[in-house]
Formats: sequence, structure tokens, C-alpha cells
Amino acid sequence: MSASSAFNDEKGGSSSVGEPEYGHDPASGGIFSSDYKRHDDLKEMLDSNKDALKLEAMKRIVAMIARGKNASDLFPAVVKNVACKNIEVKKLVYVYLVRYAEEQQDLALLSISTFQRGLKDPNQLIRASALRVLSSIRVTIIVPIMMLAIKEAASDMSPYVRKTAAHAIPKLYSLDPEQKDQLIEVIEKLLADKTTLVAGSVVMAFEEVCPERIDLIHKNYRKLCNLLIDVEEWGQVVIINMLTRYARTQFLNPNINESLLEEGGGGDKTFYCSDEDEDEDEEKEKQAEVSALAKRKPYVMDPDHRLLLRNTKPLLQSRNAAVVMAVAQLYFHLAPKAEVGVIAKALVRLLRSHSEVQFVVLQNVATMTIKRRGMFEPYLKSFYIRSTDPTQIKILKLEVLTNLANETNISTILREFQTYIKSMDKDFVAATIQAIGRCATNIGEVRDTCLNGLVQLLSNRDELVVAESVVVIKKLLQMQPEKHSDIIKHMAKLTDNIQVPMARASILWLIGEYCEHVPKIAPDVLRKMAKSFTNEEDIVKLQIINLAAKLYLTNSKQTKLLTQYVLNLAKYDQNYDIRDRARFIRQLIVPTEKSGALSKYAKKLFLALKPAPVLESPFKDRDHFQLGSLSHLLNAKAGGYQELPDWPESAPDPSVRNVEVKESVPEWTKCSSREKRKEKKVEKPFYSDSEGESGPTESADSEPDTGSGSESVSVSVESGSPSDSEESEESSESDEDEEEEEKEKKKKKKEIKQMQASESEQSSEDDRKRDRKIKEQKSNSESESDEDSESESSQSESSDTESEVEVKKKKKVSEPKPPSKPLKKEKKEMSLLDLDDFEPTPSPQVTPVNTFLSNSLVTDLEGLSLSDSVLSPATIAPSSALKNYELLHRITGEGLSVEYCFSRQAFSPDANMVAVQMHFTNNATSDTKNLHIEDVKLQSGMRVKEFAEIELLPAGEATTAVMGVDFCDSTQAANFQLCTHTRKFFVSIQPPVGELMRPVFLTENEFKKEQSQLMGMNEISENLTLDAKCRNEHAIVQRVTTAANLSRVPCGSDKECSPAAPPPPPPHPHPVYRFAGKTVTSGSLVLATVATKDEGAAQLTVNCEKMVIGTMLVKDLLLALTQ
Amino acid sequence: MIHSLFLVNASGDIFLEKHWKSVVSRSVCDYFFEAQERATEPENVPPVISTPHHYLISVLRHRIYFVAVIQSEVPPLFVIEFLHRVVDTFQDYFGVCTEAAIKDNVVVVYELLEEMLDNGFPLATESNILKELIKPPTILRTMVNTITGSTNVGEQLPTGQLSVVPWRRTGVKYTNNEAYFDVVEEIDAIIDKSGSTITAEIQGVIDACVKLTGMPDLTLSFMNPRLLDDVSFHPCVRFKRWEAERILSFIPPDGNFRLLSYHVSSQNLVAIPVYVKHNITFREGSSQGRFDLTLGPKQTMGKAVEAVLVSSQLPRGVLNANLNPSQGTYTFDPVTKLLTWDVGKINPQKLPSLKGTMSLQAGASKPDENPTINIQLKIQQMAISGLKVNRLDMYGEKYKPFKGIKYMTKAGKFQVRT
Repeated sequence: MSASSAFNDEKGGSSSVGEPEYGHDPASGGIFSSDYKRHDDLKEMLDSNKDALKLEAMKRIVAMIARGKNASDLFPAVVKNVACKNIEVKKLVYVYLVRYAEEQQDLALLSISTFQRGLKDPNQLIRASALRVLSSIRVTIIVPIMMLAIKEAASDMSPYVRKTAAHAIPKLYSLDPEQKDQLIEVIEKLLADKTTLVAGSVVMAFEEVCPERIDLIHKNYRKLCNLLIDVEEWGQVVIINMLTRYARTQFLNPNINESLLEEGGGGDKTFYCSDEDEDEDEEKEKQAEVSALAKRKPYVMDPDHRLLLRNTKPLLQSRNAAVVMAVAQLYFHLAPKAEVGVIAKALVRLLRSHSEVQFVVLQNVATMTIKRRGMFEPYLKSFYIRSTDPTQIKILKLEVLTNLANETNISTILREFQTYIKSMDKDFVAATIQAIGRCATNIGEVRDTCLNGLVQLLSNRDELVVAESVVVIKKLLQMQPEKHSDIIKHMAKLTDNIQVPMARASILWLIGEYCEHVPKIAPDVLRKMAKSFTNEEDIVKLQIINLAAKLYLTNSKQTKLLTQYVLNLAKYDQNYDIRDRARFIRQLIVPTEKSGALSKYAKKLFLALKPAPVLESPFKDRDHFQLGSLSHLLNAKAGGYQELPDWPESAPDPSVRNVEVKESVPEWTKCSSREKRKEKKVEKPFYSDSEGESGPTESADSEPDTGSGSESVSVSVESGSPSDSEESEESSESDEDEEEEEKEKKKKKKEIKQMQASESEQSSEDDRKRDRKIKEQKSNSESESDEDSESESSQSESSDTESEVEVKKKKKVSEPKPPSKPLKKEKKEMSLLDLDDFEPTPSPQVTPVNTFLSNSLVTDLEGLSLSDSVLSPATIAPSSALKNYELLHRITGEGLSVEYCFSRQAFSPDANMVAVQMHFTNNATSDTKNLHIEDVKLQSGMRVKEFAEIELLPAGEATTAVMGVDFCDSTQAANFQLCTHTRKFFVSIQPPVGELMRPVFLTENEFKKEQSQLMGMNEISENLTLDAKCRNEHAIVQRVTTAANLSRVPCGSDKECSPAAPPPPPPHPHPVYRFAGKTVTSGSLVLATVATKDEGAAQLTVNCEKMVIGTMLVKDLLLALTQ
Repeated sequence: MIHSLFLVNASGDIFLEKHWKSVVSRSVCDYFFEAQERATEPENVPPVISTPHHYLISVLRHRIYFVAVIQSEVPPLFVIEFLHRVVDTFQDYFGVCTEAAIKDNVVVVYELLEEMLDNGFPLATESNILKELIKPPTILRTMVNTITGSTNVGEQLPTGQLSVVPWRRTGVKYTNNEAYFDVVEEIDAIIDKSGSTITAEIQGVIDACVKLTGMPDLTLSFMNPRLLDDVSFHPCVRFKRWEAERILSFIPPDGNFRLLSYHVSSQNLVAIPVYVKHNITFREGSSQGRFDLTLGPKQTMGKAVEAVLVSSQLPRGVLNANLNPSQGTYTFDPVTKLLTWDVGKINPQKLPSLKGTMSLQAGASKPDENPTINIQLKIQQMAISGLKVNRLDMYGEKYKPFKGIKYMTKAGKFQVRT
């Protein structure tokens, strides 16, 4: 089939050699005898003047090298062909030369002149390849020549040759370390290179030659950060790893004071913000100020630190696992705690890759989970073990699961462990048992459950399982033996049934060890054992003797005779070990005249306190090695490992990274530098080039244009303060870059945005707002000041809520987990092994349901909500807009009446649920107690989060509660019973279709784009005649937003346009109103358009992926608009 | 970084070695063989082995171990990823990556390795660049070479490495311009014994075969890009465009490549295409066990479930299985205890079942575990996540390409616990 074999076939006929190179066992004979002759033949072929013969010979020689055969005696014949014209021959000669030059240094020198000639070739590729081979020849004599060649190539015009020069540096360094100083000069020069082609290779050279010279990086730091995305993947890995170390020496720990941490964004802002603001201007000019600030203020992230984090983040989506891992470790070591979470998803993705990749990733995840458990908790299920996983992967996954276990998920994890215990892979079962032991020690609540389960495992048929469980039980008991005398008793009872010798022995050891806790039982066990002594296995016998000795020392009165009996039996045992042991123990414990000094210490010998074993993860404290490194994997320092430095106490002068004025203002700070950079560049990086608008380096640039967010020095991005979100509304495009910092935060922020958007639409009675809008349309040229006022106004508007939000913030910062997570109350007493009586979890939810806060607290926090995404109720939904529905009439409810409305707020415990606000009024004369929900009947997929029980509703009083219903985007009713202490009422909540969505903020352009993707089946339009009262903008908007929870898409003033864009067209005679939202459960977009026409005619269009929702919404909206 | 590479076959012979720095004796592999002996299964050999002077990092593909020798600190994933890339390249070149194929093409292999690594640092790993440097062996080319004495090595020096799009070679010409995209989704799931889903997720890839003249700039948009929870791209895809507009914009490499792989997480409920009714019991004291398995389609959106293959590792105590399939064929390997049942297509009217008895070792106690059942299947013309490509546009070139999209759903690691 292939070239070489075909050659051989052909050659096999003519030359008598055949094809000894392939597939022949060296021991099969013939080779040694023909050795000399064959080489002769090859020499002849090499000397011939036919390229085909030469090639054939070289191919055979290479095949010999590949199989590890010695072909060095052909050196003279081969080296002659170094100047051969045929490229393939030449290449194969190079292969040969690089392999054997070291052994035949003198002869190798013959070839040097050819390469020197090549170095001067006009073709860059020939220059590069000559340098490549020249530097690969490991002959010390040519070091000066190599040095010269590298220096020359480092200033070559072609970036490809410069890249080769960078590659040659470590080769020369390994050949002659004394050249280091000169090489560092070359590295310095190449580091300043601006092409992506060189960056990766030179950093690699830097790492191999002079990793300690961190000062060389300063000037190139920002360039490297900005080029990173365009560097080839292998170079990216090296650069990211190097930059991690660099950042550790140059920046402050972002987690230094977490309570005050408003991290990241703040620093970002200060750096990239508007020119109009004086403060910012100063800071931009003098970065030294930042460090001064750092001392004064709690913590401000260095903008360069932020730059690194921002520019590495997109690489999490690389196809190369090594790149993803490198970014992950960078985030783990450098990012503020709140931002580290983003790496989890990418790492989990790598778990789908080859098992070797999984192995390495899991090792790193295991280390990460010890420090930052919360990060991987949502992905718990991704670590579930499949029976087809290799054992080493299984054990690592188990490790991760154990690290992730906490009070809330332990029941799920233990249930999963139950399955594992029955696996066929016994090493894995043993590891599982140990994992259970560790869960039990870490989580007090399940200790008893685990112990019980493990005790049951003692009756397992497999010895390994039993032995492992006994060991784990033993460890658990050693921690607090006094509490578990009952387990020891239980185990004592087991001796009657358990036949596995190892288990029997272990139990006897335990009883002996803790005989003081079971003073009554221990002698009895010994009695039974003495009876069956002769029938026991050897290890059991030994433990019986041990037990007897220990009992004799503690309770000699009761057991003296028994001990003597046992020892006598042992004395005549067949096994010499047992006889020896008996003799030894008798001497030690039974005092006789002859017994030596040792017997005095018998008690100390036998009853010494054995230290409780520590059950901790083998991955603890491994993170002092840089994650992703070989050293981390081996948990031992590998050669050439560069220690990850600790954060400095105070940041070194950041101005060292400033680049000379010659370069003009550093590119990344100047907004209009894009064009300049392009001109300067020899080559345009791929992404930034074709991107135009939103290249990586430009991400920050658009920021100053918008010119808002001036007060954000103190207010961080993620504080979710109105000013911020307003700003992002203005410049959603540029902000997108910003926002990708933290996806979670982005979401929250978006929610705020939606809220505000809907708010501005809904509360149209707010004159001030309308004024603003008019102003906005009028004067787009003044947009800057306008936007400012806008953000101000919105700030003042919600100032009352802001403080609350801030309170919330603090709470959040102080505890990383969702705040409302009191311990799961109904901790089911579950037996570890009882497989049949657990119910399968109904929904694939990882974390068990959060119990609600007390009722009053819920109402208090209602507006605030836990995800700080919702403003106070008053500002969101004017109560007039909410329609109340009756759930329970006063008469049927015997005095209790219940109304509900859809509050249109995000339901904080679960974003996929619709919040239903219930208003209870007790019109009866007696108090109502214990109001709660029971017996929920739902369509499949639907879920209900009940409100917390209302303990007491006094006569004549009223109260409210909020419950969440996940309607699964259907209008099916949720049926349930509302129970009081005396009665039960069947009730049901049926949502109007308009409540199954929540508003989404879209710009007009975005809206149109989305709409264009939802054509055809997904589009429903109807013609209608508008109601007489409903022909102005205000009325239409109000009716639509009342009927459905959508937000108005701002029209006319296209927010995406830059300030320089043409002013908006004059108001169209037939305005079009657009509304956007997405369904609560699945997040499908819902777009509604009302296009007005002459004389009250209009066309209503709804675009929605879910056709049912769309159809129903059209009906509802038609009704709302025509009546 | 990477010092040397050894290729070791399943029987433990080193059949190829390549050194990039000074020569490392092949005796270093003894440490690897030791670890190999210790491991019970071939895939249990630790990927990283520490020896006194070297570190061995290995990957196992196609029953060949690729053992890289490392002397100093290097990110292990860097090496592993590179080795996999080497295997992918071999596969790309020779169609298969077997010991025989490598031995037959040893010179090409050597040339490739020489180009892929320079002094242990990856140099050219893009298949487009490599193919320009070294032409893959084809029957025709081999014939021509034999007759004319020309070579596999490209006469032209590679241009790709110098361009801004290093993954695409320049001067591509086709008479038929075509671009095909395969959306392939795999369902990974664990189903527990009662039939409820413990975890399920969808892993998808879009593999492309693009044969277009010149330098086309393609954009691919989806009907529902929000489905994609987590994506990783071929380097050609512009990140920013995706971030901003959820559109894939790229200058494609020439030939076959993986455009992106994505993940649809479990929060959007994953449709499980088949259900399994099973009744596998062993009775205490008897040497017989019952085996009863029925498959049926579940959520298939009306598409046929094809190429179903059920496999299960039966407990060690099982001596033989005497089963009766209602369709397809089954095999039971008494040595490895692996039961495989090739079902074929599931007919919803007549559900396939496999019933019968297992004979157990006499006197052996009842196995306390039940086997897990692994299922493979295929559903054509559907992506189970509902992902739909909206349109494909081409800019930068004048001609009209032929475009095609194919959807397919497969079972990935689909396990049913019993």
C-alpha cells in the first residue's frame, strides 16, 4: 500500500536483501550474518548518483533508526549526501545527522558548511530549516557558530526564522550552559517581538534558560496578554503558565480581604474609564497611583492583573485540553474567589476526553475541590462513576465526590456509593468504603448512618470488603469510642454469624482494644471464642490470644482462668506462630518469679493509646504546587519545576510594565489605537483583524466612548448597582466583553436590566421618565450628558433599595453559599445498604430543596430576594398592574379567603419558577393555624416550592406568602390542598400564559435579529382593530405589558449606535411597538410586535419557539388590545 | 520538553523509537513495563510514571502505548494532548493507526514526527500544514513514486505556517466546491434500576468536511444557539463573534476537521431514546440464573432507533448463558464474561427481547452484584437536543458552494444499572 513497502517489494526483487527492516524479529537469525553485507549494499546505493537509489537507501536507514538499530557505521556514506538536491533525501539525511552527530563529532563537522550556506539563502524557509538542523547537531565545537547563527536569525526579517531562532536557544543552552548570558540577550530581544508566531517559542526558551529573570517580562507583559489569543495553542500553554508565576510576584492577592472585596470590576473601571472624569484621567496617566490606592483602599485590582484574567478567559473554550487546564490553573491561582467558578464548566467538559486527560484533570479537580468546594458542586453528577471507567479514574472520581460531600448532598452521594459498593471491581469497592469513612468523619450528621451501613457490610461475602469496612469502622470508632460502645456490642454479636476470618479477627481486636467500654460483653466473647478456639483460622486465633491478654490485664478477676485456658490451647496448636505468641504472652502477662522486667510494662505494651488515624484527602495541601504541573500530579518536585511564589505583601511598582513613549500610549489604554496597531504590525492577528469592532484588545476601548459609569470607582461591576446596569444598557455591545468576566453576575445583572426596562415601560405615569425619553430622542448628540443624567435619575429612583442591596451584598460576600441554607431539616434516617427502601429522586436536582426562611422573613426579603436580582416590589410592579385571582372564596373557605397574583418577580430559590404571591385574609372569628400546602398534584415535570407554613393567622388579620411554581411553560393548573389546622381545601392555580414569561431586555437590532430566526412555524400574526381607547402609545404598551410579562423594546433611538450615528428618524406616523420576554422554564424567547396602521387597524405578531405558548399569547393579547 | 517517544504494542515490544534530543536508552521503558504488569487492565496503566531520571507519560490508543520520555517539569496535559494529536495525525494519514500501518509507513511516520516536534517543542501540528510538507500516502501516489522515483515530501515549502490563518493552506482548488457538516450528538446517561435517570447529558460535535476553493469565510448560524451550554472551538472560529452574536464565523481548514464540540447540560431535560426492562436474578443455592431483557423506544421523536448493541459484563460466577433473542444475535464470551447482543433496529410493534437462563459455577455463592447494561444506538436525521443549523453563508469567494448538513444521535456512555 504505502510508499516504502512498495519500494521494498520492488527492490526486494532486484537486490537480494529483501526487506529485513520490517517486522523481523532481531533474534530470528540471518541478520547478524548479513549485517556487514547489507551495510555494504547500502553504502553502494548511497554512493550512486541516482536519487531514487539514495532515497531507497536512506529510507531503509531511517527504518533501522526507528527500530533502534545501530546504523552509525554508515555515517561517512550518509553525510556526503547532505548537499543532495532531492528534498526528501536531504530531509532523511538531516534525520540521520541529528541522531548520530553526537557520536561522530569529527565527521559531522563536514556537514556544517552546507548549513552555513543555507543560513544565507534568500528563501526564509531554507534559512529556518538550516538553522533548525544546525542547532540540533549536538557537537560542542560548533557552539560559536550556533551562537552567531542564532543572533543573526533573531534579527531576521522573517518571523518564521525568528521563531526558529527562539527554538534554537534552549538547544544551545543545553549544549553549553555557559552561553547563558549571551542567550538571555537574544531572548530579551525576541521577547520584544510583536508577532504571535514568535511569542510562544520565545517564552518557552525563556522558561528553559532563565525562568528567574522575571524582570524581562515587565515590558512585554501587556503585549503578551493581548497577543495571547492569536498565539498557537502550544505557545499559549507555555505563556499562560509563565504569566501565572509572573502575576504572583507582581500583583496583590485579590482575596486579601474578602469582606471588603468589591473586587475586579472596580479596578477595571478606574483604568478604562472615561476621559472626561478627572480622577480617572489622572489614574490613567500615573499608574503608580494605583499602588498607592491599593495601600489606602481595601483592595483595588491592578488593571494589568485584570487584563490577564480577561484575556485568558476565552481560551477556556479551546479544543486543546492543555490550554484549558492552563487557564484553569491561572484562574485558580490568580482570580478573585468570586470569579474562579467559571473554570469549573470547562474542566468538567474535559472529563469527556480521553482517559489520560481525565486522569490529569481529575487530579487537579480533586485538589481544587478541597479549597473551593462550591465551585464544582453544581457538577456533582458529572463525577458519577460508570462501570466502564478504568479503575484509576473511578478512584479519582470517588475522591472528588468525597471532597464535594456536604450536609446537603450527602444523602445523594451515599446513595450513589451504595451502588458502587456492589461493583465487581474490588479495588474500587475498597476505595468506596474508605470514602464512606471519610464522609462520616467530615460530616457529623451522617456518621451514625455510615457506621450502621459499614457494620452491615461486615456480613459481606467478599473478604476485601469486610476487611476494608472493619478498618474503616475501627478508624471511626477510634475517634470517639465512648459514644459507640453499642456498635462494639453489635460487632461482638456479629461474631456468632460472621465467618470471614479477617472480619472475626478485626472484631476481636476492637473488643480487646475497647474492652473497658464493654466490660460485660468482652469476657463473654472470650468465653465463646475459647470454646471454638480449635476450629478457628490462624489469624483469628492470634487475635483471641490478644484479646485474652488484654482482658487479663484489665479484668483479671473474671478472665484469669479463661486466659490460661486459651493460652494452654494455643501452646499445643499446630501453627508455630500461635505457639510462639502464646509463649511470649504468657511470659509477659502472667507474673512469675522468673519473669523479667518487661512484665511490669505489660499494661503499657498492650493498652497503649493508639493514635486515632486521620482520614484526610491525599490531595490536601497539594495546591502549593502549581496546578496542572507535573510536580502537582506526582506530589513531588520534578526537575526544573519553578516554585509558585507567594503573593507579595505590597505590590511592586506597576509602572515597570509601562512601555516607552516611543510606542505612544500603550495600545490597550488608548481607544483609537486600533488602526495604529494595525499599521505597526507586520502581520495582523487573525481575530483582532477580522473582528474589527470587538477584537480582544479593543474590548476595553469602547468603554470610554460611552462615557458613563463615572461613579463606579467605589461601586463595583457586580454590585449590581443601578448606575452600572444602566450603563451596560447603554453600551450593551461593549459591555458584553466586560460582562463575560463572570457569567453568573452577568445573569443577575441582566435580570436587573430587565427589571428596569420593564419598569420604565410599565410605570409610564412616571412623568419624569417620559420626559427623559423625549429628551433622549431629541438630543442624541448630547447623549453623553444625557446618559449621565439617566443613570443618576435611576440611581436616585432606587436609592431606597440600594442600601438593601448592599446589605445583601455583604451578606453574600461573607458567606459564599446561598444564604438561605439552614441545615436540611428532614434528614431522613437512611440505611446505607438498604437498597430497596429508598425512593429514587424524582427530579435530577443536585442540591436538596432549601427550606424556606420563616414566613415573615420571606415577606421582608421578598423584594430583595436572595439573588439580589430583584428590586423592592414597589418599584418593580405597580400594584395596579397586577391582577388578583381568587384561590379560595371567603364562603367556601369558612372565613378564610385567599387571593393570589403573579408578582412578576424572579423567584429567588429557583429561577425556573414563577413566583405566586398569595394573600391570606382571615375573615372568621377564630384564629386559623398551621396554614400549609399538602398533596400537590402536578403534571409531569412541574414542580412546586411551597411557602413556609404560616403558624398562626389571627382572626381579622391578613398576611402574604410567596410560593414558586414551575409550570414547565404550560398553562396546566397546579392542584393542591390548602390545609389549616382544621380543614383542607382543594384549590388550583392556573397561570395565564402571559405570566409564564419574564421580560428580557433587547435592543431593536437584537430584537429584529432574533425575530428573523423565529420565522415560519414560529411566527403567528393576526390583524385586529384596536379598541377605541387604546390607540395611543401609552395605552397599547400598558395593555400588552399587563396581559403578558414582557418588556418594551426601546424604539427609535437605537442604543447600539455610537454617538456619531445619524439622529433617529422623525417619529413614524405608524409606530411599531415591540415587546420581548422569555419563558420562565425553558428560556425560549417570546417576541411580540404590534404594528399600528391607519384608523386603529393593527397587526399583532408573536414569534416564539414554543408554538403553543405563541398561539395562546396571541389570543390573550388580542383580547387585551381589542376590548 | 519531550525527549523521546517509544511506541509499545500490546505484547510489550518497542516497535518504534524517536529521539529529539540526545538519545535515551530504551531500557527506560522497563519502568513502564513494570507498571504495565502491575495493572490488571491495559487502560489502568498510570499515564504518568516517575523513574529516577525521567518521567514517562503515556497514552493508549488503538492498543498501542505512546510513551513519551520527559526529563523536567512540563504540564502533563501538554504531553498527553500532543500524543493524542500525533495519533490523530497518523490516523488522518494512514486511515488507521495500527502497528502494521505504522511499520509500513515508518519513513512517513518519522518525517511527520520530525516536523511535529522541534527539540521537544511542538512545531507544526495542524494537519493542513503537515499535508503540505509531507503528502499522505495514497495508492496512486505510491504507484507514481515507484515509477518516477519522486517523493512524498512536498516540493513546495509550506506557506500555511507563515500566513495569518495557519490552519489553512493557500491555493486550494476544487472543481466541485462543497461543504458538509455533520452534527453528531451523544447521550451520556446513567439510568438506575428503577428506570429513572440519574444523570443525563448530551455531548455534541460538529464535524466538517470542507472542500472549497480559495479563502472562503464561512458563517454558520443556529436556530437555537442558546441550547449550547458549553462549547469548545477549532482555533479557526472567532471567539468574539460567537460571544456577541452566537454565530460561528470562520475561515475553515481544508478537508476534514472538528469545528466545535459542545455540551448540553442536564438542566434542559435530556430525552432518553430507549428504555430497558430487565429482570436478572440469581437464586441462592441454585446454579441457575434468570436473564430477561426487553428494549423499547421511549422518546425518539418518531425516528427509528437503529444499530442497537447491548453489552453487559456478567459476574464472574456465570459459566454460560443460554439465551433466546427475539431478534438479532447474541454472543457470550465465557472467558471475559462479556455478553453482547446485536439487536439492530428496534421495531416498536414487536419489542426485541433476550430471554433465557445463565448457568452458574456449581457451589459458588450467588453473585451479589447485578451487571450494568451498556447500550449503543444510532438515530439518523435527528439531533436529540433539538439543535438546528439555521443557515450557512460564504463570503470572500464568488462561486456557489454545495452545502449539506447531516444530523445524527448516538448513545455515548449510556448505562443502565440493574
